[in-house]
Amino acid sequence: MLGKTSPTTAEPGEALRRRWRLGEKLIEGWIFLAGILTIAVLLGIIALLLKEGLPAFWYTSPWEFLFGTKWYPVSEPPTFGITSFFVATLWVTLVATAISVPIGVACAAYLAEVAPAKVRETVKPIIEILAGIPSVVMGFIGLMLLSPLVQSAFNLNTGLCGLTAGIMLSLMSLPIIISVSEDALRAVPDDFREASYALGATKWETIRHVCIPGALSGITAAVMLGVGRAIGETMTVLMVAGGALAVPVSPTDPMMPMTAAIASGIGNAVRGGLQYQALFAIGLILFVITLAVNLIADRVLERQKRKFAR
Amino acid sequence: MRKRLFIILPVVVVVVLVVTIIALGGGGSSIRIIGSNTVTPLSAVWAEEFMETHPEVSIAVSGPGSGVGIAALINGTTDICQASRKIKQSEIDQAEANGVEPYEIQVATDALSVVVHPSNPVSELTIAQLSAIYTGDITNWNEVGGNDVEIVAIARDTNSGTHVFFKEQVVQMKGLPTEDESLEYGGDVLMLPSTEEGVNQVASNPNSIFYPGLGYVTEEVKPLAIKQTADSIGVLPSVQTALDGTYPIARPLLFYTDGEPTGVTKDFIDYCLSSEGQEKVIEVGYVPLE
Repeated sequence: MLGKTSPTTAEPGEALRRRWRLGEKLIEGWIFLAGILTIAVLLGIIALLLKEGLPAFWYTSPWEFLFGTKWYPVSEPPTFGITSFFVATLWVTLVATAISVPIGVACAAYLAEVAPAKVRETVKPIIEILAGIPSVVMGFIGLMLLSPLVQSAFNLNTGLCGLTAGIMLSLMSLPIIISVSEDALRAVPDDFREASYALGATKWETIRHVCIPGALSGITAAVMLGVGRAIGETMTVLMVAGGALAVPVSPTDPMMPMTAAIASGIGNAVRGGLQYQALFAIGLILFVITLAVNLIADRVLERQKRKFAR
Repeated sequence: MRKRLFIILPVVVVVVLVVTIIALGGGGSSIRIIGSNTVTPLSAVWAEEFMETHPEVSIAVSGPGSGVGIAALINGTTDICQASRKIKQSEIDQAEANGVEPYEIQVATDALSVVVHPSNPVSELTIAQLSAIYTGDITNWNEVGGNDVEIVAIARDTNSGTHVFFKEQVVQMKGLPTEDESLEYGGDVLMLPSTEEGVNQVASNPNSIFYPGLGYVTEEVKPLAIKQTADSIGVLPSVQTALDGTYPIARPLLFYTDGEPTGVTKDFIDYCLSSEGQEKVIEVGYVPLE
């Protein structure tokens, strides 16, 4: 009986294994395709940016394009100079970072190190929901609520300015910074904390000298993600930054960051026309900036890691 | 088995989506209208009324700006382009290079209004003063008889036909002895992405000035009387002053199609030009053709 049944049970097992192997192959192929696709799409985007953007520099020299202060795309003949957009992006990002990084890291430290589990479990999901608010809603809030406040608080002519945009952007990058920093802080082994307490350090000293340095690579990554969000955000800055073409000398001036300049001009640009190429060239420069931010972040992380290895 | 579901599920979802899109696209006819933010409230009312009597037709109206509409017409991605400025020769050339023949139909007239906050004591401005305000030569309201506060000049962004029309007619003072084609908007002018946003800003900011179409003028803002020159009489924007030609900055609101309109597009435009359609023009706040 036993001798008879064993081959019959072995056969389905074999078939099952073969089917399994087929499934594995399929999944492997699927993942491989997904990986290749990402790279292909990225290369495609770079190629497109170069193809559509570079011709702009045959009409306007790169020097004039980068350092010119006049942007009149619908005039005859058009002039393309993006200094004011570039400076506007810098201001807006600076304001957003200056606000969101200290608050974000402090909030993450509170959630990871101080807050009781119950508080953390309710607060963290709420913060993550904040990340899901559409940028157009943030723009609307900035327009209706924040800009009158900024206008009266700083006694400005108009509340539509870089400061308002920067504050709205800081609200948008906060959830990313908090969430990623908190994860990084929680990843610091408890041994470190215990060793610190054993040496007589207070909670604050432990957070300041052990936990934050320990999680610095993660926190840097969080800050870079936040900065990236602020540089690339379009709808909110389009709605609340004011859109003036002069080079902004202070964050309280109305200004038009690079993303807003692209968004407010691209609909009007005829495919392949001069303005279209100039807008793609702005996109190309924006891409180079974010690439640089990421590369710098990578370097910082690397150095940090090496320091810890020693 | 459950694992394989994860592979099959996305495929099924994609197939269902594609089939739905094809099925939806196939039934009935549709008209796409893209272009001027100024014309949008009018086209939206026309589209609603037309779809009520023609339930098989669906009309989609969007108003990012006249320039966007003309670019869409040239790129062949719209059936009707609505515009608050005339198409430029350079745009006609681009269209013809793409095999598109822009066909112009005037559907209404607009008295482009210049509005300020109701608390602003200024009630009239000359074209030259407006030009100086928008180029940045005049920066304080006391230079034009108002309070001693800075002027916040608000314009539409470059997508807008109103941006271009105002630049030519007012900033560059077309047709006046002082006409100067080298004048441009000043660097401190706020360029906003929609007319509603500009009107809201004026309603909330006592120092600001903006130029919406007549249909966008609300109770919360004060339209200014416009004087052609310092000697002429100030004229307020209204249906009457636009019709009798006394308002200096009236302009046509236009539809552009690729060649003469045919089929449903023709039916729709015929409705817009009918007496019934033109009645809607007054309701929305613009000026009918007759």
